[in-house]
Amino acid sequence: MLQLKNISYTVEEDGKKKDIIKNISADISQRFVAITGPNGGGKSTLAKIIAGIVQPTEGQIFFDGEDITNATVTDRAKMGISYAFQQPVRFKGITVKDLITLAAGKPIKTTEACAYLSEVGLCAREYINREVNASLSGGELKRIEIAMVMARETKLSVFDEPEAGIDLWSFQNLIKVFENMHDKTGGSILIISHQERILNIADEILVIANGELKAQGKKDDILPDLLCEGAGCQTLLDKLEKK
Amino acid sequence: MDAIQKNLLEQVAGLHEIPTGAYNIRTNGGLGGRNTTANIDIITKEDKPGIDIKIKPGTKNESLHIPVILTQSGLKESVYNDFFIGDDCDVTIIAGCGIHNGGKEGSEHSGIHSFYVGKNAKVKYIEKHYGSGEGTGERVMNPTTYVEMEEDSYMEMDTVQIEGVDSTKRVTTAKLGDRATLVIKEKIMTHDNQFAETDFTVDLNGEDCGANVISRSVAKGKSRQLFLSKINGNNRCNGHTECDAIIMDDACVRAVPEITANHIDASLIHEAAIGKIAGEQLIKLMTLGLTESEAEAQIVSGFLK
Repeated sequence: MLQLKNISYTVEEDGKKKDIIKNISADISQRFVAITGPNGGGKSTLAKIIAGIVQPTEGQIFFDGEDITNATVTDRAKMGISYAFQQPVRFKGITVKDLITLAAGKPIKTTEACAYLSEVGLCAREYINREVNASLSGGELKRIEIAMVMARETKLSVFDEPEAGIDLWSFQNLIKVFENMHDKTGGSILIISHQERILNIADEILVIANGELKAQGKKDDILPDLLCEGAGCQTLLDKLEKK
Repeated sequence: MDAIQKNLLEQVAGLHEIPTGAYNIRTNGGLGGRNTTANIDIITKEDKPGIDIKIKPGTKNESLHIPVILTQSGLKESVYNDFFIGDDCDVTIIAGCGIHNGGKEGSEHSGIHSFYVGKNAKVKYIEKHYGSGEGTGERVMNPTTYVEMEEDSYMEMDTVQIEGVDSTKRVTTAKLGDRATLVIKEKIMTHDNQFAETDFTVDLNGEDCGANVISRSVAKGKSRQLFLSKINGNNRCNGHTECDAIIMDDACVRAVPEITANHIDASLIHEAAIGKIAGEQLIKLMTLGLTESEAEAQIVSGFLK
């Protein structure tokens, strides 16, 4: 499905070159793939590179065998890549229904739009006509963001820390959403997460730290290493141990 | 009525046919149609162009349409309309001006509207301005609105100017009595070399009266906008004025809110924000499959919705 070949991303900071992503290669084709690793390690940048928001300085990206390295955000969205932002964007005047309709790419009935909201644990009647503006909380926005990706029904869905800010909504529901999405689309779901419970459902885990791919493999091979001193960093270990 | 006039009527008043209820249609400076009802009387002024509208006290759930249609290039007119809204009324007034200029000469309509809102009366006033036509002649509209509100009255003004008006200067003044409430929602979009100025002055004279003046605008091309809003708190009252503008291309937007408290219990707020469309908003919509220009159009239309 998605292949990353020697992806690097370098920025210039105060006249010095700084490597954000260092030569990452990976195949993403499993049902659930999780990317984990310490904050600031390059996970979100990699997600943005996949969505086309950030252009890598080196390397190539292939989607279903096609080189999409130079494809725009719009092109990639049309090809079947969805991306749920870590920090969802607010709009003035644009409603939840508007966004879900745009995500679906065709006019949809209110009942259909409501079904997506209900799946992410929002009372559809209360939210469907609300503006996606500052009156919504961070957690509400995160759920709407997930609902939009659901409405898109694409081959590849990328979620950047979907669990953040939705504590009250049980994890089980979030996991169910991912499972339903996979059942519908048969596509891959790529999730950036620090949560052990999300890592637990992953078919494959990628550990990224300091811009490098430190480990990649099946959950059973990676998780124990993360939990004891291994490829992960101390921050992640602290987090996981607290749970 | 010809096809152009019908289109203008639909744009400014949402009317496909002659409306039910009271109406007065002004076409190229003359009377295009009028209907009065038992409660709403329309009388032609004798000293100057315009009409007096008298709405009987206690009139509920009635509407009045007073569209103005100009299709004759070069026509310039000033029209004086006075609205006397009786106590305890609950009415909707739909005004609007559509200019189609297919010629070289400028067309201009200046509507001077005065509202006298009686005690405990409720008025919703909707005004749409629209211009069309391939001609090079300017389409100019300069509305002046004067509002006087008595005790416990409520007035909501929704004004919209989205397309085709080359130059506009809108002046609105209001004086509020005890417990009166005024809500103004203005939406403006300018493009090319257009110019739009809005100038609000609200005097909060009555005890516990309140006003909320909200303007949303989008300036494209080389257009220029000026937003002036003055709220004077002369009693125990609440006032809020807000200007929110999206600037694009080479446009220019100036916002000058001014609040003055002349009373210890006057509570006044002003907010003004001007900025371009946030990059992350564009990117979000692009990740849904929209092109950059589609995303931009979506953001603008949502903002002005």
